[in-house]
Amino acid sequence: MRYLPLTQEDRAQMRAAIGVADVDELYADMPAELLLDGPLDLPRGKSEMEVERLLGAMAQRNLAASRAPFFVGAGAYKHHIPASVDHLIQRSEFLTSYTPYQPEISQGTLQYLFEFQTQVAMLTGMEIANASMYDGATACAEAALMAHRVAKRRKAVLSGGLHPHYAEVLRTISHFSGDEVVSLAPDVLAREDLAATVDESVSCVIVQMPDVFGNLRDLTPLAEACRRHGALLIAVFTEAVSLGLVTPPGEMGADIVVGEGQSLGNPLSFGGPYLGLFATRQAYLRQMPGRLCGETVDADGRRGYVATLSAREQHIRRDKATSNICTNSNLCALAFSIHLSLLGEAGLRRLARVNHANAVNLADRLARIAGVEILNESFFNEFTLRLPRDAARLVEQMAEAGVLAGVPVSRLLPGAGLDDLLLVASTEVDTTEDREAFVAALRGAL
Amino acid sequence: MLDHPEDFGPATFSGNRGLDQEEPPIFEIGRAETTGVDIDEPAPFASRLGGLERRRPIGLPGLSEPEAMRHYVRLSRKNYSIDAGLYPLGSCTMKHNPRLDEKMARLDGFADIHPLQPQSTAQGALALMEELARWLLELTGMSAIALSPKAGAHGELCGLMAIEAALEARGEAATRKTILIPQSAHGTNPASAALLGFRPRVIDAGADGVVSEEAVAAALGPDVAAIMLTNPNTCGLFERNVVGIARRVREAGGYFYCDGANFNAIAGVARPGEMGVDAMHLNLHKTFSTPHGGGGPGSGPVVLSERLAPFAPVPYLARAGETLRLVEQRQGTQSLGRLTAFHGQFGTFVRALAYMLSHGSDGLAQASRDAVLSANYLRVALRDVMTQPFGDRTCMHEVLFDDAFLEGTGVTTLDFAKAMIDEGYHPMTIYFPLVVHGAMLIEPTESESKRSLDLFVATLRALIASAKRGETRRFTGAPRYAPRRRLDETAAARKPVLRWSAA
Repeated sequence: MRYLPLTQEDRAQMRAAIGVADVDELYADMPAELLLDGPLDLPRGKSEMEVERLLGAMAQRNLAASRAPFFVGAGAYKHHIPASVDHLIQRSEFLTSYTPYQPEISQGTLQYLFEFQTQVAMLTGMEIANASMYDGATACAEAALMAHRVAKRRKAVLSGGLHPHYAEVLRTISHFSGDEVVSLAPDVLAREDLAATVDESVSCVIVQMPDVFGNLRDLTPLAEACRRHGALLIAVFTEAVSLGLVTPPGEMGADIVVGEGQSLGNPLSFGGPYLGLFATRQAYLRQMPGRLCGETVDADGRRGYVATLSAREQHIRRDKATSNICTNSNLCALAFSIHLSLLGEAGLRRLARVNHANAVNLADRLARIAGVEILNESFFNEFTLRLPRDAARLVEQMAEAGVLAGVPVSRLLPGAGLDDLLLVASTEVDTTEDREAFVAALRGAL
Repeated sequence: MLDHPEDFGPATFSGNRGLDQEEPPIFEIGRAETTGVDIDEPAPFASRLGGLERRRPIGLPGLSEPEAMRHYVRLSRKNYSIDAGLYPLGSCTMKHNPRLDEKMARLDGFADIHPLQPQSTAQGALALMEELARWLLELTGMSAIALSPKAGAHGELCGLMAIEAALEARGEAATRKTILIPQSAHGTNPASAALLGFRPRVIDAGADGVVSEEAVAAALGPDVAAIMLTNPNTCGLFERNVVGIARRVREAGGYFYCDGANFNAIAGVARPGEMGVDAMHLNLHKTFSTPHGGGGPGSGPVVLSERLAPFAPVPYLARAGETLRLVEQRQGTQSLGRLTAFHGQFGTFVRALAYMLSHGSDGLAQASRDAVLSANYLRVALRDVMTQPFGDRTCMHEVLFDDAFLEGTGVTTLDFAKAMIDEGYHPMTIYFPLVVHGAMLIEPTESESKRSLDLFVATLRALIASAKRGETRRFTGAPRYAPRRRLDETAAARKPVLRWSAA
């Protein structure tokens, strides 16, 4: 087996050194009846070439985004990733290292996490950020749990514009943790009055920007309502590129900003691994979940970095920890950070403008189709179409024609009576021809 | 030539030390107008941002591509990695990460597909998930699987939720609030239990390092929801009473959660399902060799027994003839609900399956046996110079020493670990498990050659001899040859600096 360096001769010598005739003698503590006596119903090992052939055939059965005009979003976005990003994250020293338990030989990881934390804080308009979480949805749930600790209340109010999967993740955890969740009705036009839901029993209000239907809104009045009642405002984003163009939630008074970071540096990869971004105010530092990196000095007085404030974490605090999260999305955070460093302020703003411009262009074209309505007054790179027929079937039909048209709202919210709505996302990778193909395919399908 | 340059201030004028080049944060080398990505301004258009356009500068630095390459390459060289040397972190299972797996995960048909594109256009991805599930179920001998948990600790949440959902269905969720957890468990076990409102109750292991059936029986009662047992445990020992413990817990109306962090010792050799396990997470980044990237991503699929299967989270796979589909909503089922935005760490699934296909069932069993063989080889090679907390017993894939052998030398566990860095090794896990004072947990894995193990033994023996000779400074002053000397962690925690700011 190509991954196992021990030879039969090595094994024999090692057994002799230990003093066992058979390696299974080392399993003497295991009750004999547990030791498998026959082969499992699984194939034998394959060569590298055979594995490539087998998995290559599976990959071929999927329609890759690069092979079709592609407008699917709703929480994950197709963006161009510079070649150097993937090259750098595959450096052995980044890819094949573990959690930085020994900081003197983990300065690479620790420094880029420190840089990442700073970038995320800047982007979101917040004071501090952690070193990433599993994904946007779980970061959102952790934000609610943190708000319960800070406000010493246990009721979260969820906007009807929050991604339904994010809402479900929070409802699942809350069901078992015994916390209360109030979910507002799906809010396609961003007309709900969230401020009216806040009172002294509410620990946090969770609102998405842009929301799942694509709408933007000023969070300032809501932030004020939350502050008046001692509740926290949690702002969620699923498209990090939007932060290059839109006023960040931190500047509108949010207390915790969480989101999905996949858009920068990370491929779609059918839903994971992605990375959760988490930023908040300095005052809440010790209530934060997840890993943190801090700057310090070494014995020679040279600047260096360590994982810090681990007294919040489970490996020290056990059942009193701020969260059970032990790992983070380090490598995804690295990809995010490299991509953002390459873009820089100027590049990110241009990238965001191109995204917005392409989406506006597409929306204008689609709006000219008879029977199709754009519901949004405002949006960044994703918006909601009302169609004269069932969106899910239409998407299937367009996929057969080679166009991936978007996400039917019924896939996220079945039974909500929104079967004629379609979420459509456009990014910098879409060409004019792609948008024309979409318009033509939609005309043809209607 | 200076013996200890650190005593005389900077050894070089540039701050660099040969190949170890200093690299300031991006904020000190980048500029707002610099970019490494060429993007044209869009043609003029009417913005639809609803008046919410960003007005103030963000402050982000930009790097050209050459600057970015040099920044991150220099940083990478300040990291230890499994590709560079032995990484014997006990309970972390740092084994070789095959590059074939990376190549497969990057195939367009896997990397460039969206979780919400029509399922009819992602049948290959669903087939891959089905095949991965088949492997994991067969290896564990369990009935059902939840692929979506994002990491081991997330898998713990999933398994405990399934247990609570089953208790709800039995009408006992309000009364069964206690979870039994051995003192040696990972901290995530009690943290996960507490997050869901359970009360962790510690059970002690015996003098032999494992939990006895009697200790469990004494702790059982109508308040007990489950036991969380790591097997093999974090002391490197197989919980040999596991079958009896599982039976007792089940008879008392509880469930058996197994922390699968140490599955690498038994994969292909024995099946947890036959030990009476109800739920167990599998760390794909450990046993199935997906790279951990300096701390993540992880991936923690959970296998479930028949009695917990109905409560599995959404999404899960269903097959109708030739067609696979994901059930994404819990309506009308007993499913515990949703735990992630999408379908889990798909890119990690590709890597894990590529790894398993490469090994095959025969290769996986051989890998487990090699891992156990290597750990015992180290145990025997070091037992006359190091000390073991539970006596000299056969271990599983990791061997646990304590620091009693350093007594009187003036060298602490941490000093000893730091001296290993100067010798070119990543230290073993220290201070864990918590039940052992000065714990040193060594896990060589199956990836090491005999030559590599012999060199490691020779180095440890030389260090120990040095400590016994009273050469204390070699240890207290270590590391000398790392990118940084010992870092002031106290200062970092006392006055946290968590982001860069202009001086």
